[in-house]
Amino acid sequence: MTLVKEAPVRPAKKRSAAPVAGRRGRRRENLAGYLFMSPWIAGFLVLTAGPMIASLYYAFTRYNLFTPPEWVGFDNFTTMFHDPRWQKSVEVTLKYVVVATPLKLLLALGVALLLAQQRRGQGLYRAAFYMPSLIGASVSVGFVWRALFSDDAIVDRTQKIFGVDVGGWIGDPDYVLYSLVALSIWQFGAPMVIFLAGLKQVPRELYEAAEVDGAGPFRRFWNITLPMISPVLFFNVLLESIHAFQVFGSAYVVSDTRCGPADATLVYTCYLYQKGFKEAQMGFASAMAWSLVVAVALVTAVLFWSQKKWVHYEEAAK
Amino acid sequence: MTTVSTPVVRTPNERRRTGSIAWHVGSLAVLAVVLYPVIWVLGASFKPSKDIIASIDLLPSKPVWANFSGLADGISGISIGTFFTNSLMYAGLAVAGVVISSSLTAYAFAKIRFAGRNLLFTLMIGTLLLPYHVLLIPQYVLFRKLELVDTLVPLVAGKFLATEAFFVFLMVQFMRGLPRELDEAAKLDGCGHLRTYWSIVLPLCRPALITSAIFTFINAWNDFMGPLIYLNSPDKYTVSLGLMMFRDQEGISNYGSMIAMSLVALVPVIAFFMAFQRYLIDGMATSGLK
Repeated sequence: MTLVKEAPVRPAKKRSAAPVAGRRGRRRENLAGYLFMSPWIAGFLVLTAGPMIASLYYAFTRYNLFTPPEWVGFDNFTTMFHDPRWQKSVEVTLKYVVVATPLKLLLALGVALLLAQQRRGQGLYRAAFYMPSLIGASVSVGFVWRALFSDDAIVDRTQKIFGVDVGGWIGDPDYVLYSLVALSIWQFGAPMVIFLAGLKQVPRELYEAAEVDGAGPFRRFWNITLPMISPVLFFNVLLESIHAFQVFGSAYVVSDTRCGPADATLVYTCYLYQKGFKEAQMGFASAMAWSLVVAVALVTAVLFWSQKKWVHYEEAAK
Repeated sequence: MTTVSTPVVRTPNERRRTGSIAWHVGSLAVLAVVLYPVIWVLGASFKPSKDIIASIDLLPSKPVWANFSGLADGISGISIGTFFTNSLMYAGLAVAGVVISSSLTAYAFAKIRFAGRNLLFTLMIGTLLLPYHVLLIPQYVLFRKLELVDTLVPLVAGKFLATEAFFVFLMVQFMRGLPRELDEAAKLDGCGHLRTYWSIVLPLCRPALITSAIFTFINAWNDFMGPLIYLNSPDKYTVSLGLMMFRDQEGISNYGSMIAMSLVALVPVIAFFMAFQRYLIDGMATSGLK
């Protein structure tokens, strides 16, 4: 990368405006660059890269914090794969990701389509729909959720109106996970806002042309809107599924602090927390963490690979 | 629906009005479901403890203050104010850290051409996708060895070291959008990078800085896992942990105070949101686009 780009426009001014030309200037720019980002470099080395190496090492050791780590090879991984609770946590997490992510994005897209119309008060609606995304992570909302989904509370009573009586969801191992799913769907505001921004970029002429050709609303959505917002859809799918894999707080707060009943909400990170911080099995927990990294990387890779087939990028648009 | 048999020709204006009404009815219906939990907690905080789960009414039949006055007693000898002070300290330091360190880093990425910039930028973006949990255990070991567990340091150190790649990215995007002529002019006038950063780029980046500050505040306020892992003594607990204490110690017997404190704990977040929602929402939207 050259510092003085060939600038045909106003070359004289450009050259004088770039006192950085020359080796000394370049060295000074390098120094300035590294000085400005020294906090990030320090953070990256001490809090990201260093810990990554350390945790990779711990994954192959038995380590309880008090005695030095003891090398055990692949023991943690073999124990992990045979551990029924670990298997359960994988199952619970996958169920959560697979159910919560599509539903959340569907709702986000639906509401975004609604709000994309030019109406009065649209900004207010947008803000109100976004709010749960911000407060949803708090312990307070976890408590509210416990109350709403407990026996004889609003959700239970609503079910009874329709003749379904399963009692509260919170104490029921078959249903409690779906109260977490509901909490995740409720926070559809963040992807909704991103969808909205994407919808705004769709050129209006396309719709007008389609209307002239007699395309109905469904066809217009399917053939214009969806392809045009597919990059944004891709981004949302990627972000939301990665987030869903890492859910912790709601599983801890909404169900009970052991992610029960009967391990029904034992999401992956909850088991990792129990192993690492309750049982001081730092090696095992590190092995779990790396397996999570691999899983997330796989999902990311598959999504990136699949995007060739369904994500439509405009050539000219930059 | 028209009941008259003569064909009714609707003017475009009329059609627009019915469309508008349908739109508002639809939006309000979704909104009612979405905001139900928020309104419920508001109503429940004024209900007597025994009514909170049992009564289906959204609002209390006879509002009581007892839940809020009960908060004055605190939990096992610790006043509610302590939790709030701790959370405020945490959130305040986090905001300062993120705004300073991320804007410096973003300036380097966006405005300085130095060797290795592209590689470092890729690394920075890579950390966005890295599950935090892989760093959790070694970071804990590190802070334990430094004897910093049970202080705020482990919670805010990363904020001062620009580890929150999302905000760096947000600011880089924003700074790249600033007209190049501005910093070229500054350079002509003899401004060094520090001067350009401080007097030109930073003031123009205010929207990005505010967005980052508010998100950081709210994230720190809501943070649960961090304090759960790093804070041990109850007098250092943040609001999230204080709430958990409430739940564990008072249990169902004092449901009212627990709900009241939940509401009070939400107030700062909702207030910030109301005041800055424009910045927040636009910031969120730009993060998803180029």
